[in-house]
Parts: sequence; C-alpha cells; structure tokens
Amino acid sequence: MGNAMGAQPENVSVLVVDDDDLDAMAVKRALKSVGLNCSYIRARDGIEALEFLRGKNGCERVRKPLLVLLDINMPRLDGHGFLKEISKDLELADTVVFVLTTSNDALDREAAYEKRAAGYIVKSDLGSNYNDLAGLLKDYWNIVSLPS
Amino acid sequence: MGYAVEDVSVLVVEDDEIDAIAIKRALFDEGLGNQVVHVVDGIEALECLRGQNGREKLCEPLFVLLDINMPRMNGHEFLSELSGDPALDDTVVFVLTTSDDQRDREAVYEKYADGYILKADLAGDYSTLASMLKNYWAMVAPPS
Repeated sequence: MGNAMGAQPENVSVLVVDDDDLDAMAVKRALKSVGLNCSYIRARDGIEALEFLRGKNGCERVRKPLLVLLDINMPRLDGHGFLKEISKDLELADTVVFVLTTSNDALDREAAYEKRAAGYIVKSDLGSNYNDLAGLLKDYWNIVSLPS
Repeated sequence: MGYAVEDVSVLVVEDDEIDAIAIKRALFDEGLGNQVVHVVDGIEALECLRGQNGREKLCEPLFVLLDINMPRMNGHEFLSELSGDPALDDTVVFVLTTSDDQRDREAVYEKYADGYILKADLAGDYSTLASMLKNYWAMVAPPS
C-alpha cells in the first residue's frame, strides 16, 4: 500500500531539477506552505539529478517514494535528455516526473508526455506563486500509490 | 493553463459496472462529466481512441481511467498497445485498480501511466480522486 487515505502520509522526497535559483526556492516555499510532508532535494541540471537518483558523485541517494519536478531548458543535460536517460535505466524507469517549465512549445510538450512525464505544467500559468502546484502534488501524493 | 475541465473527455475502462457508475457520478459532481465514455475492456478502449468498429473517435483533450484486471485485453496489454502507437503514445492514463501487487504497480509506471491508484485507498468514495483529476486538468498543459 502506498499511502492509505486519511492516514498520516509518509514522507515523500521531492527532487526539484531547475537551474533557476528563484524558481527552485519558490517551489520549496510552496511545498512547505501547503503542508506537504516532504524532503526537498534540489538539482541544477539533468546530470546532477541523475547523480541524486543513483547516489553517485557524492550525492546522497534520494529515497523513495519520490516525485521529480523537472525543468526543460537547463545546461549540460536538459529535461528531455534526463527523461531519455531514466527511461533507459531499469532502476529509474518507473520514476514519476512532472515537467515544470517556461516553454509552452507543443513539441516540448508532446516529447515530454511521450517520454513518460506524468504532467506538463507551464510556469507562466501558475501566476505569482506555486501554491496551486504544490496543492496538486499534495492531492496527487495522497491519492496515488507511488513506486516504492 | 490547460483546458476548461468541462471540455475534457474521460474514457473509463472498467469491467465492474458498479465501480463504473460510482466513478461516473464522482466525475460528474466535479464538472468532469460532460463527456464520459465507459467501456469494459482494453479492446473497446482502443476502438474508442481510434474511432474504429463503429465507435465515435474520442477527441483530445482526454484522459483514461484504466482498470488492470479485465477480460479480453487487460490494463497492461492496453498500455503496451498505446505506447506502441505513435498517435496514442502521449495519452494521459491513470490506473485505478484493486491490485496492490508491487509488480503491477512497477509495470504500469514503466509503461507510462501517470498515476497508479488503489481502489481500496478510496474506500468506495471517488470524490477525492475526481477532485484531484479536476485540479490536474486545471493546471496541466495536455499533449496537444
């Protein structure tokens, strides 16, 4: 059982992959303000995110259950490259990823869904804060049974 | 912002008649019920998505609520068909099942399901699920 409804939810890890410090901080603040009981981990690009998921290169391995919030445009390894990497890795292929990006390009959107993103969220749709997004993640986490 | 929730179609793939009725009612209560199509197995679901065998093609934006254990074509086989079809491989699918089997869960996430939901966790009340789905659609930009 992932997370029985009504029970005290167990702790979920949220890995935020975003090269923008302000956005990452705003997400962190929103997660806290909706009372999502989570461990927040921040990676600046796809390579660092993979290191956290694999526990490599001095990064402490992110504990399951986990959700990834993924930016698309990033240096070194972008969001598409990251999704491609995890879909090839048997250990990581079942990771739940929400894309959170400034890009409203239809090509970016389709590519992300094809590469198994659970949802594609455009930053400008969210307005001044990320509380609605954090609320959705909380509802999602309360209802959905994540890979363990 | 994605779409107005009243524009979203929902394909409920569920062989249990009572569950299907409860799901439809909860979707309707959240304003997601304008176009809900109910089918009883994966084969009928594919016919709806492709507009085959005399069925009207369901148009995007849409999402699928998918049971796992069904006759003829089960949820896993349905997801394999979707991911092998370039026209359908970006479909949003939430799995809704009685199976708490770890292998079922891993298999559906690997095959691109967007969430795996245990019916037992909902205890017969689909309103929280419908409310989450409504928030999901209000925020998420669908594939196309």
